[in-house]
Amino acid sequence: MRVRVRAEAFDQGAEVSAFTTGATGAGAVVSFTGIVRPDGGLTGMEIEHYPGMTEKAITAILEQAVQRWSLVDGLVIHRHGRLAPGEPIMMVATAAPHRADAFAAAEFLMDYLKSRAPFWKKESRDGGETWVAAKDADEDALKRW
Amino acid sequence: MIDVLYFAWVRERIGLPRERVETGATTVAGLVEELRAREERYAAAFADTSALRVALDQDLADFDAPLAGVREVAFFPPMTGG
Repeated sequence: MRVRVRAEAFDQGAEVSAFTTGATGAGAVVSFTGIVRPDGGLTGMEIEHYPGMTEKAITAILEQAVQRWSLVDGLVIHRHGRLAPGEPIMMVATAAPHRADAFAAAEFLMDYLKSRAPFWKKESRDGGETWVAAKDADEDALKRW
Repeated sequence: MIDVLYFAWVRERIGLPRERVETGATTVAGLVEELRAREERYAAAFADTSALRVALDQDLADFDAPLAGVREVAFFPPMTGG
């Protein structure tokens, strides 16, 4: 199980490959990569986080997923700092004996990272900068778990 | 003395990322009242606590939570990770 919070870019192909090699006994690996969506004239994104709490909160979410879906392994990488449109922001990978558990655990991780990991996004456009507001739908998404 | 941290627009509105605070408050809500009374920028940041979240020693908590034994309080807007 690994949690990495960092400013630097990551290579999702190399990460999935290394994760898969290390997931001995798994029959399924699922990965998701979130990307800075280049819409509405977005010129960049700044991601602020709470060093210390970020790692602690993500680790707790990942431990919950590993236990609930009997994962062989789990990985979360999340970036902070200045990002350009099209750049990867974060990724999760889950490894389980069967695919249903790997998919469900990856969705669970994504839903919880959205509203329970201390990150805040600020978008830059030509007109200026605005903090991204949390959506009610993101909070509602937690209810299915 | 406790460390009080601010993030995102709360940090911008107050104008600093963290400070040491001498407080007589026994709950988070009591601390918020003290901060609000300080200056306009604090009053503006804490105008609507339903728009804020709080963490005590890096765990999410409620505004009625006690402060006894707490070393670090953080105030921030709802999180937008992922």
